[in-house]
Amino acid sequence: MTVRVQAEPFDAGAELNAFSEGRTDVGAVVSFTGVVRDTNGTLQDMLIEHYPGMTEKAIGKIVDEAVARWDLADALVIHRYGPLKPGAPIMMVATASAHRAAAFAAADFLMDYLKSRAPFWKKEVTAEGAAWVAAKDEDEDALKRW
Amino acid sequence: MNIVYFAWVRERIGLPQEKVETSAATVNDLIAELRDREERYAAAFADTSALRVALDQELSDFDAPLAGVKEVAFFPPMTGG
Repeated sequence: MTVRVQAEPFDAGAELNAFSEGRTDVGAVVSFTGVVRDTNGTLQDMLIEHYPGMTEKAIGKIVDEAVARWDLADALVIHRYGPLKPGAPIMMVATASAHRAAAFAAADFLMDYLKSRAPFWKKEVTAEGAAWVAAKDEDEDALKRW
Repeated sequence: MNIVYFAWVRERIGLPQEKVETSAATVNDLIAELRDREERYAAAFADTSALRVALDQELSDFDAPLAGVKEVAFFPPMTGG
């Protein structure tokens, strides 16, 4: 299991190849990459703030919970912080399991929990100024699925 | 005790962190003390339903006791992913 919290960009394809390489014990690898979306064509930067120390611990707990629930051979979480440009990868998760149902479910679970329980905050910067992105009720509601 | 602030809470208070001498028994008691200090604290803590709290880097509740706690963090609901 690997958790990385970093300012640096990452190459999702290269990360996924490295994650899968040499494994003969898994039948399924699922990955998700989150990308900075410019909804209105006005976004200059996405600033991501986090709580160093708690971030790593919180993600570690979420990954431990996924491992306890599903039969995972491996899991990877990468999440960036700092200023990001539209189109830049923000984060990725990858899960490996013997079977796809577990790999899909665990990746979905990881994403739902990373959204609402990992201490990151997004701020959108446009020509008009900067505004914090509000948490959505539906993201909190999504946790009830699990 | 170290208090840390993130996102708009940090901006509203104007500090990323500060050391506070307090005998507050719970998070709610600490918030009441902070609110009484200055307008910028009163503004940041006006609506605690818009806030989350972590004690020693673990999410917690506003009625949680502060005994033995070294670091309290206040921040808005998280927006990761």
